[in-house]
Amino acid sequence: MTELAHIRNFSIVAHIDHGKSTLADRLIQLTGTVAERDMKEQLLDAMDIERERGITIKANTVRIEYPARDGHTYVLNLIDTPGHVDFAYEVSRSMRAVEGSLLVVDASQGVEAQTLANVYTAIEADHEIVPVLNKVDLPAAEPDRVAEQIEDVIGIEAHDAVHISAKTGLGIPEVLEAIVTRLPPPHSGDRAAPLKAMLVDSKYDAYLGVIVIVRIIDGVLKKGDRIRMMKTGGTYDVDDVGVYRPAMTAAAELGPGEIGYLNASIKQVRDTRVGDTITHEKRPCDAPLPGFKPSIPVVFCGLFPVDANDFNDMRDAMEKLALNDASFTFEMETSAALGFGFRCGFLGLLHLEVIRDRLEREYDIDLITTAPSVIYHIHQRDGTMTELHNPADFPDPGTIDRVEEPRIKATILVPDDYLGDVLKLCQDRRGIQMDLTYAGSRAMAVYDLPLNEVVFDFYDRLKSVTKGYASFDYQMIGYREDTLVKMSILVNDEPVDALSMMVHRDRAEMRGRAMCEKLKELIPRHMFKIPIQAAIGGRVIARETLSAMRKDVTAKCYGGDATRKKKLLEKQKAGKKKMRQFGKVEIPQEAFINALKMDG
Amino acid sequence: MRRIALYVHWPFCQAKCPYCDFNSHVVRQVDQAAWRDAYASEIKRYSSNIPEVEVGSIFFGGGTPSLMEAETVASVIDGAQRAWRFANDVEITLEANPTSVEAGRFRGYRAAGVNRVSMGIQALDDGDLARLGRLHSVSEARAAFDVAQETFGRVSFDLIYARQDQSPAAWEAELTRALGMAADHLSLYQLTIEDGTAFGDRLARGGLAGLPDEDRAADLWDITQNLTEAAGLPAYEVSNHARPGAESRHNLTYWTGGDYIGIGPGAHGRVTQDGTRHATEALSAPLAWLFAVQRRTGVETTAPLTPRDAAEERLMMGLRVHAGVDLRQIDYRPRNLDVLQEDGLIELDGPVLRLSRKGRPLLNAILRELMV
Ligand SMILES: Nc1nc2c(ncn2[C@@H]2O[C@H](COP(=O)(O)OP(=O)(O)OP(=O)(O)O)[C@@H](O)[C@H]2O)c(=O)[nH]1
Ligand SMILES: C[S@@+](CC[C@H](N)C(=O)[O-])C[C@H]1O[C@@H](n2cnc3c(N)ncnc32)[C@H](O)[C@@H]1O
Ligand code: SF4
Ligand SMILES: [Mg+2]
Repeated sequence: MTELAHIRNFSIVAHIDHGKSTLADRLIQLTGTVAERDMKEQLLDAMDIERERGITIKANTVRIEYPARDGHTYVLNLIDTPGHVDFAYEVSRSMRAVEGSLLVVDASQGVEAQTLANVYTAIEADHEIVPVLNKVDLPAAEPDRVAEQIEDVIGIEAHDAVHISAKTGLGIPEVLEAIVTRLPPPHSGDRAAPLKAMLVDSKYDAYLGVIVIVRIIDGVLKKGDRIRMMKTGGTYDVDDVGVYRPAMTAAAELGPGEIGYLNASIKQVRDTRVGDTITHEKRPCDAPLPGFKPSIPVVFCGLFPVDANDFNDMRDAMEKLALNDASFTFEMETSAALGFGFRCGFLGLLHLEVIRDRLEREYDIDLITTAPSVIYHIHQRDGTMTELHNPADFPDPGTIDRVEEPRIKATILVPDDYLGDVLKLCQDRRGIQMDLTYAGSRAMAVYDLPLNEVVFDFYDRLKSVTKGYASFDYQMIGYREDTLVKMSILVNDEPVDALSMMVHRDRAEMRGRAMCEKLKELIPRHMFKIPIQAAIGGRVIARETLSAMRKDVTAKCYGGDATRKKKLLEKQKAGKKKMRQFGKVEIPQEAFINALKMDG
Repeated sequence: MRRIALYVHWPFCQAKCPYCDFNSHVVRQVDQAAWRDAYASEIKRYSSNIPEVEVGSIFFGGGTPSLMEAETVASVIDGAQRAWRFANDVEITLEANPTSVEAGRFRGYRAAGVNRVSMGIQALDDGDLARLGRLHSVSEARAAFDVAQETFGRVSFDLIYARQDQSPAAWEAELTRALGMAADHLSLYQLTIEDGTAFGDRLARGGLAGLPDEDRAADLWDITQNLTEAAGLPAYEVSNHARPGAESRHNLTYWTGGDYIGIGPGAHGRVTQDGTRHATEALSAPLAWLFAVQRRTGVETTAPLTPRDAAEERLMMGLRVHAGVDLRQIDYRPRNLDVLQEDGLIELDGPVLRLSRKGRPLLNAILRELMV
């Protein structure tokens, strides 16, 4: 067991790609936690999708030991966190398990939107913050200017920020010293008191079942203990406890201030609730910890198997994914157009993409994705309120009193040169400016925006109008009424439910026209002409006509080579698989998502 | 006696045209004696497997068969005649490129037994001939055509249209001139850009400006049908037009499900034996084929077609010709017949399925409805 004074628990936080995982690599390496031959870049990003995209999705805990200059050996528990805004929840709950943060800032980029967001979360969690200026090896690095910027924009002391290159290893010993000297030990911890431990996270391991990550506040947790989850009420026998180094390493016990894992034959991740308090069944602690707000999905879309026969496999696959990801939700959905599928909830678009990718690649299921949507609050005349997750379920407008939509507070950091484009984009998306400040040559714009206008392509548009120089962070701020209507799309006079969407009345014509034009490009010509219309209720607000195909025939005949014809047939068969049939019309699968992409 | 057609592939050309993806190659020298022997030994091999048939037609295709020495052509025809019986009205066609050199060999071909030539004139515009990478001018082609008409009973020629920057008016004028040349058969192909050709690469790199879009291509198609009909050479197949009675009997064999033997590099054959149709395909690299023939190692692959495959092939090929397909002859029930008929794209004449005039330029899309 380690004395509290010789324990340091901290998270590594930063804007996306500023080098958190690379810094974690160097800390692991320099302390000899992992044998040199087992080292690889971003060691903690173990999931395929993390390695492929070069980003962290899941927070990871590692215990390392550091013999400090003061002659004592310290136990350091670090948590490497994701940088992308979709996974902000991982960061905030990680911070609740530790006392300090290393705030990594890329010295060639400076403060970005998630840098700000993370600092505020760290301050809320009462953290000591040690700023670390990374990538000083880059020619474009300007650590002094960035330190100034941190002081100006964020308002935290940065003159003693540690200058490092996580890539070359420069400054890593200083980081280790700063962790020991500048971050506090666990605030309290009584070994003799009843067990009080925080359930920080849980994940599903194919061999071991559910693994729970815990932070011990008081008491001692051992193999064989019978524990109780205070919120969910579940009781379990502990099979094993241990720590991540970063491989799972069994330990005799976990004492106050320590972070580690327990394994107790828990079946599903859903049986555990992050933020719950774990105690002994026999000798419980008196008050539970305050707990965390659960993460809630904010973006919804329909996922349908291209091949209806895949439906059951798809359900199994989604259940497996959900085992490990409590913020991904799904329920069955039927669409007249697309058949059986699921309405799924995600933390954001990247989260949606990650799940979709995994379903397609790990489980080999081809999917059709429908327009992402948000949750609307429909207040009926009779005083009841229903949540609308799917525009197709929009009730009879006659029964509706008002519709409310979720709004967000968006913080955008951008170089001055691009500010005009950013303001225009926000304006176009029905944004209301809340704040606009300057720091050096960068501007910080804060907007109140409808989430609905952001979920689909806002981030892509922002990146493209600013050539990638803007960064973006958002938080939900609540619901507000607006004139929102359901727009339906009719193809060859038949409504296609999977294409209907909620829009603001004033933007309906514009969106309707854009959708019809886009669909006209996306749907291939047929042997007859096809009207494409957008309508609100029974009223058509936009219309395009896809003219009939006029020529599709192979001119040459290659002597007796009929196999060429068969190749054509094979190609046609493959092409047909990528289509969905609506009456006489075939719509390509990608059209459901691509129809929404707007150029402006 | 059962009729069969014989296809002979000559895989060499003077230059490779930028649009062409036929099995054609440019080489410095060809040992014609070796090729003669190889064709002869292939004919022997086939005749011992398929003895009791009557040859209805022979077609020398390429490549550029008009680069064959007359002796080589004669040796093939003689060999075939010794191996099998010839029909009284046997049609023997040779594809010829329209240069003066080749015109010089025409008499020899006639003496060898060739009674029909198909000339690759391609365009009646010198600028476009150059763009198509052709080695002849319009006047040279016309001269070669005149020699051919004097020499052979039946002459056809090919044009490629829907070329870069070709306006409907320009095509109308060009086709009118072509019809005035008094051939009784014309092949009019819309330019197809094939992967793996020089044009294919150019298109992929964003080049080849001025190719017609679908609507322009359809307009050019309509002009073609109208003018050829008015001139008495209506289409009898997608791209083939003839005065009634002057159709290419050899090609009709492919389109109407007849049997044919394919000899030469990359040649395909379809032979029915004991009620099962077999597909043959020879090695396509010219020297690989030649060596395989010389060493009597495997020259080709042979595979039986399932009744389903045979029926699909029959439909795909058969609907190219205006006569259509007798559905009683195939072991396959096409789908969506009622919808297609309602939309006026097909006609059902008793058991015979054929495309309507409106459906003809949409054959691929219709096949998709019928079979996919
Ligand atoms: N030149 C240089 N590159 C660095 C340094 N540190 C990290 N990088 C590179 O920056 C990129 C991002 O590094 P990561 O460690 O994955 O960043 P991260 O903050 O963990 O990213 P997320 O987890 O996706 O938020 C990688 O390509 C690293 O190799 C550094 O000190 N110098
Ligand atoms: C085997 S090829 C060539 C015969 C002969 N070597 C010649 O070039 O004249 C038969 C015909 O197919 C046509 N053809 C070849 N490639 C084509 C293409 N890419 N598009 C349209 N027609 C093509 C040409 O009209 C050509 O004459
Ligand atoms: S079009 Fe004719 S001449 Fe030109 S390469 Fe093809 S086969 Fe040879
Ligand atoms: Mg990372």
